[in-house]
Amino acid sequence: MARLRHAALPLTVFVIFLAVWEAIIRGLEVPSYLVPAPSAVAGAFWRGFTQARYLDHAMITGFQAIAGFIAGSLLGIAIGAMVVVFPVAERIVYPYIVALQTVPKVAVAPLIIVWFGFGIESKIVIVALVSLFPVLVNVIAGLKAVDQDRLDLMSALGATRWQIMRYLRLPNALPFVFAGLNTAIVFSVIGAIVGEFVGANKGIGFLILQANFALDIAAAFALFVVLSIMGVTMHATLQWIQRKVVFWSRAEEHFRP
Amino acid sequence: MEHAGGGGAALEIRGLRMVYRRGDAAVEAIAGLDLDVADREFVAIVGPSGCGKSTLLKLVTGLRQATSGRITLHGRPVAGPRPDVGIVFQSPVLFPWRTVLDNVLLPADVLKLPRAQYTDRAKELLELVGLGGFETMYPQELSGGMQQRAAIARALVHDAPLLLMDEPFGALDAMTREQMNLELQRIWAASRKTVVFITHSIAEAVFLADRIVVMSPRPGRILEIISNPMPRLRTMEDTLSPEFGAMVHHVRGLLGGGGTGAAL
Ligand SMILES: Nc1ncnc2c1ncn2[C@@H]1O[C@H](COP(=O)(O)OP(=O)(O)OP(=O)(O)O)[C@@H](O)[C@H]1O
Ligand SMILES: [Mg+2]
Repeated sequence: MARLRHAALPLTVFVIFLAVWEAIIRGLEVPSYLVPAPSAVAGAFWRGFTQARYLDHAMITGFQAIAGFIAGSLLGIAIGAMVVVFPVAERIVYPYIVALQTVPKVAVAPLIIVWFGFGIESKIVIVALVSLFPVLVNVIAGLKAVDQDRLDLMSALGATRWQIMRYLRLPNALPFVFAGLNTAIVFSVIGAIVGEFVGANKGIGFLILQANFALDIAAAFALFVVLSIMGVTMHATLQWIQRKVVFWSRAEEHFRP
Repeated sequence: MEHAGGGGAALEIRGLRMVYRRGDAAVEAIAGLDLDVADREFVAIVGPSGCGKSTLLKLVTGLRQATSGRITLHGRPVAGPRPDVGIVFQSPVLFPWRTVLDNVLLPADVLKLPRAQYTDRAKELLELVGLGGFETMYPQELSGGMQQRAAIARALVHDAPLLLMDEPFGALDAMTREQMNLELQRIWAASRKTVVFITHSIAEAVFLADRIVVMSPRPGRILEIISNPMPRLRTMEDTLSPEFGAMVHHVRGLLGGGGTGAAL
């Protein structure tokens, strides 16, 4: 009941916003190839799912994003842990990682399509590349940002490096890891769409390109809605997992590009 | 040498000197310190801020290496961290991802002691520090005083014969602090451990200790060691006696008029 009341105000504002939008488009007779009316977007949305197999395409984009996100995150965690456990590795590996990060993924996307083909593999690689960095940086920060008092406590007990890792550094890093994952999950949808823009014959990104070429702006808007539903669902799922795993740290809101 | 509790020396410190170096700058924290602590003795250390009390504790635990001098713990020179020492820091230093019970069991985990057996012991200790029934809660759900008591239980769990405490009650309000002093005395009497207790509070030092070590301003050395012969267990009533007042007054005089946190 309280939740309902909580949602009432933004919901009302949203409905008014849609109504005003609809009224302006109709009143000023804005051509639908510039900005579509909400009713047109809703229609395109409905047709998309009933006739144009939006669901199948969304599943493909979603799969690419999630698979790439998991691969990139695992890689980020592995490299991050290695870098912290073996300080030599940091000096050897880190410059390459930073160099890789400074290259825009959009720029290398065509190359990755050439190497990995038009299918989902190339998109998973692109997503993994964009997800890797935020996780990696946060894993390193989290493993290192350990209280001196806590380190002293472990040292005073004669804990080994591995024990300090297991009992202190790893749990200590978890809130940081989730901060990185929250950024990565948003990047992952962007990465999948970028990959599909560059070369694909399936997926929401592919459909957006098609809609643009056909000047079907209502369909493009409907696809944006599909994308935001996917993004919000993935983010909310991650938040839910985060609350279960790092129950001791307040679920912080992080910068979302 | 006369020590309450008798027994041999648990801790022997000879000619201890500690100089911190950073680049060209050198800070002499401890300048020649000798101290014997007898088995089962309760020794309190008071001194002005920055006189090297925490440094002394870190040297005794083997967390830092002394510039010169010798520290012997139960007959063996200290060469690094040792499991025969339990430590209570100024802050509780509990892990928020572990329950209170698991926090207390941390030393058992690190020292690879059988968990089943030590779980019973940990529960008894939590009972002893008045935290029975809080085993499954998380530290962030406890008050500051309760957290500090959990930290004391953790320091006791692996049954180290020497307990080192660095201003463990510094962050507590006066009422809770009195409570904790009474409980610590009770725990000490029940477990018969050797305790080295660092504090800013003169009254706390006199109340708890068999001997009070008064240190000089930095670089730290011992000004005087005062014995407190008052019988155990002491009560808060005892702090009102002229004998107690005289000791507090004497220590305050040594520290130069009671500048540093002389009030309890
Ligand atoms: N890691 C360090 N590096 C350099 N100097 C240090 C370091 N730790 C302590 N010191 C210096 O050594 C001196 C003693 O510090 P210490 O922490 O032992 O004092 P303390 O007696 O515990 O003080 P307080 O009562 O305020 O806790 C101080 O002057 C401090 O500046
Ligand atoms: Mg100190």
